[in-house]
Amino acid sequence: MSMRLSEAFEESVLPPIVALLLAAVVGDVLIMTFGQSPGAVYRELIEGTWGNAYGFGQVLYKATTLTFTGLAVGLGLRAGLFNIGAESQLAAGGFCAAMVGLLLPPGVPALLCLPLYLLAAALGGGVVGGAAGVLKSRFGAHEVITTIMLNFVVLALLNYFTSTHLHVPDTLHTAPIASGALPRVDAFLPSFHGSAANATILLAVAAAIALGWYLFRTRRGFELRAVGLQPAAAEYAGVNVAGVTWRALAVSGAIAGIGGLNYVLGYKHYYEEGFATGAGFLGIAVAIVGRSHPLGIVLAALLFATLSQGGLAVNALVPKQMVDVLQAVVIIAVSVSVPEVRRLLRIGRGAPSGPAQHVEPNVAPPTAASADV
Amino acid sequence: MIFLAFLAQTLRIAIPYLLASAGGVMSERSGLIGLTLEGYMLGGAFCAALGAYAGGSPWVGVIAAVAGGAALAWLYAVSSIRYKADQVVVGIAINLLAIGLTRFFLRLVFDSSSNSPRVSGFDVRGGGVGFYALVQNPLFWIGILIIPITAWVLYRTPFGLRVRAVGEHPAAAASVGVPVARVRYLAVILSGVFAGLGGAYLALDQHQFTDNMTAGRGFIALAATIFGRWDPVRAGLACLLFAAAETLQIRLQGSNAIPSQFVEMIPYLLTIIALAGVVGRAVAPAALGKTTSD
Repeated sequence: MSMRLSEAFEESVLPPIVALLLAAVVGDVLIMTFGQSPGAVYRELIEGTWGNAYGFGQVLYKATTLTFTGLAVGLGLRAGLFNIGAESQLAAGGFCAAMVGLLLPPGVPALLCLPLYLLAAALGGGVVGGAAGVLKSRFGAHEVITTIMLNFVVLALLNYFTSTHLHVPDTLHTAPIASGALPRVDAFLPSFHGSAANATILLAVAAAIALGWYLFRTRRGFELRAVGLQPAAAEYAGVNVAGVTWRALAVSGAIAGIGGLNYVLGYKHYYEEGFATGAGFLGIAVAIVGRSHPLGIVLAALLFATLSQGGLAVNALVPKQMVDVLQAVVIIAVSVSVPEVRRLLRIGRGAPSGPAQHVEPNVAPPTAASADV
Repeated sequence: MIFLAFLAQTLRIAIPYLLASAGGVMSERSGLIGLTLEGYMLGGAFCAALGAYAGGSPWVGVIAAVAGGAALAWLYAVSSIRYKADQVVVGIAINLLAIGLTRFFLRLVFDSSSNSPRVSGFDVRGGGVGFYALVQNPLFWIGILIIPITAWVLYRTPFGLRVRAVGEHPAAAASVGVPVARVRYLAVILSGVFAGLGGAYLALDQHQFTDNMTAGRGFIALAATIFGRWDPVRAGLACLLFAAAETLQIRLQGSNAIPSQFVEMIPYLLTIIALAGVVGRAVAPAALGKTTSD
């Protein structure tokens, strides 16, 4: 089945738009339950995020972490794998980077440290993701369950190391790292003063570009997408499905792990218990809304970061918890409307919608967008 | 005496697990992943506190919890069965929705971001936390009986046969006239009811709702479901095992014998081992997670 580019575009862009409209409606209802006017609240939300340098800096900071976890989940989805462990992979990456930071003597130039930090963070996350990968490819244990279970195991382990051996007394964080901290944006643009945005943004953009290149321009990436679409066919064509599977989860974990640098190197300069909380699940949301495409993921990360930061901005008018609800509504609406939009578009084009004997995966988006072009 | 106290504490911890994992077995045997148990429990806990507060009786709370759990389960069922959305994605979103809604309404109704006011529970005056108090709590008995009831429904009733059929081979079930979607709706909503009751037990036992009070218990119940290989009785035993480990950890606190974090890992590690099939592989219902394709 060859699909014209515009049709593929409609199928991937319409669901997020439908979802945003639905979220806006739900948001209106919640706001009015609280006796406020939706217009005022939404104005405040935009004003507090994209309307001033500090708010925008916070959006960028949050979007950076979400880009990494979103790319991690997105890569897995392209291979037909569900990585729900991004939270613990992110934490493990940050933890390992902080360990390297504690070992490095003060005064080592950042350019020398950075590769070490990157390696440590990628290893930390990669080992956790790779463990799920091996459990899947070698033992057939489903990655949805193992990554969830590994979340709890790894976070408990990190908690053990931090709380019994490494923490600064009366805190939940380690001592600060001595060298190689990444500069904050406010070092160059003073108006961003106080916001946590830092040079890790560049790493996030680089990671998105690298992933796009890997997925769509290399043989390995092609094999990975082939396994995601039709594992049996890929196997028949000579792809080592087991190898692709564990490598995909290991790389996915490594990407999430590098995201830990945003907090550890860019913001606080130490590892702290719970810095990754929620970023894994939101990464899934980002990957789904971004349709597992690197560009879509960056945009979706900005959207979810705007909602998170916007919640704080509107907290005086309505409870900031409103945005938690809206984020959930966006996810449900996107995942419901993807199959539905596809069905309706087919009916609209006069093609038989037919009984769903042959069904494409809803999660990994119709890769036709890229594969057929 | 120490043994009895240990047993009472284990049972007290196990009740919400038993209720939620009975729901997990019901849902997963019909083909729908039980990732949402956490959300059902949290929603149930909040509704229980709200009902008990507004109605002045814990029974109103129990009914509200059943309704809350069922409503979230219905949303999950509609999204994944009617609209064929991916179960894992919707499941995670339902959990986020439960956290968001409970926080929002905690602010709206109780004007607090941490907890509800004190509500009445089932406990008797001077009952304490031992057996005496436990046996007077109707939810304790529901929690104990839920396992044999679920086993009986699954293995001894036509509905249970249908649940197992649509979870293993929906196409075959449909070809002999089983209404696949309807059976799944019912199974999922039952799982919401059971897990909601588990949440109600938590809230009424602690006489209040606190933010995110389930704290991963739904995932432990899911672990028990899988570790029990999707069989109600074995899942129930897994719940008791996990609860006993937790009790042991509480009892050992301060002694530094085993770091508490390592005891915390037990349910999750056991589940991974069970899935990896080192000793007797855990095999899931064949159609689990595949509502998109039928």
